[in-house]
Amino acid sequence: MNLLEIFESVFARNGIITAFLFVGIMVWFSYFLSEKFTKGRLHGSAIAIMLGLILAYWGGVITGGKQGLADISFLSGVGILGGAMFRDFAIVATAYGINTSELKKAGLAGVLSLFIGVLLSFVVGAYIAFVFGYTDPVSMTTIGAGAVTYIVGPVTGSALGAESDVIALSVAAGLIKSMLVMISTPLVASYIGLNNPRSALIYGGLMGTTSGVAAGLAATDPKLVPYGAMTATFYTGLGCLLAPSVLFLVIKLLH
Amino acid sequence: MVIYGVALLSFCMLAGVILGELLGRLIGIEANIGGVGIAMLLLVLLSDQLKKSFKLGDITEKGITFWSAVYIPIVVAMAAKQNVIAALEGGMVAILAGGLAVLLSFLMVPILSRIGKK
Repeated sequence: MNLLEIFESVFARNGIITAFLFVGIMVWFSYFLSEKFTKGRLHGSAIAIMLGLILAYWGGVITGGKQGLADISFLSGVGILGGAMFRDFAIVATAYGINTSELKKAGLAGVLSLFIGVLLSFVVGAYIAFVFGYTDPVSMTTIGAGAVTYIVGPVTGSALGAESDVIALSVAAGLIKSMLVMISTPLVASYIGLNNPRSALIYGGLMGTTSGVAAGLAATDPKLVPYGAMTATFYTGLGCLLAPSVLFLVIKLLH
Repeated sequence: MVIYGVALLSFCMLAGVILGELLGRLIGIEANIGGVGIAMLLLVLLSDQLKKSFKLGDITEKGITFWSAVYIPIVVAMAAKQNVIAALEGGMVAILAGGLAVLLSFLMVPILSRIGKK
């Protein structure tokens, strides 16, 4: 057994520990780039997230898998550390120290933003589907649901019996949305007034993609994370509830 | 004890996710409705309650704040495991549907922020 094989096998067997080290180096490098080239104007964590997405693309190219970098055997731990379990655990932890009076003050606006958010994304997605020739109600609804989140898309699609290529499109639309939210939130934050708990709560309800919101706020201002995450986590559920039922009926009626 | 903090956090997450799952079943959909959000509310309420009745020790607190602090690295790992290729394979339909949804939603943030603000 050569040295390289030993490294690989130790890394693979201690997946999550390797992930701690790997992500640590990535974050350090990103903060270094942020200081050196943008004088801290572009957040280190924003750069780290972009770097993550680039590496995920590269991982997908060389392995042909679905999990980005985590499909490379010795980096499989990245998949565990970045999986839904740890993500949700950390999100819940951020709620510790949340300001409950802020929550009460913006509660109603938060609920409103959820409904408007789901509706807006759905309408845009369904309209684009229509423009591109997916004119039957099932395809329009499925792609519209995909623009809500990449979970609502396939849930709706399979409930309505959509074609598999349409379901794949809906997932792709949702993934694009989530990644765009990750990358662009820190860039637009100052223009949309995303600098206080109230607007973060509304932002979470409007965007809704948990991973997008989680990463977008982390790269903007970590203090806002719990507020945005709180509403965003209801979004997918609301989408799964509305898209295959009410929204599908509306599309069918309009047809 | 640091484990008390971690255990409290775990309890909140599991309870929240179970409630979210039940809520989904109740309405008749195969999805978790707001499990994580419920868990967050639970943590806020419980830690408030515990602080009142007896002091949540510094070290116990660290069992929660540690996980809140490693949030960013976890999110970076999450970015590194995204299916970027599948997203791009959707072509223009996916890019326009996803992209316009994001753009319009961003525009709504300042509008909704103004509504109901006193």
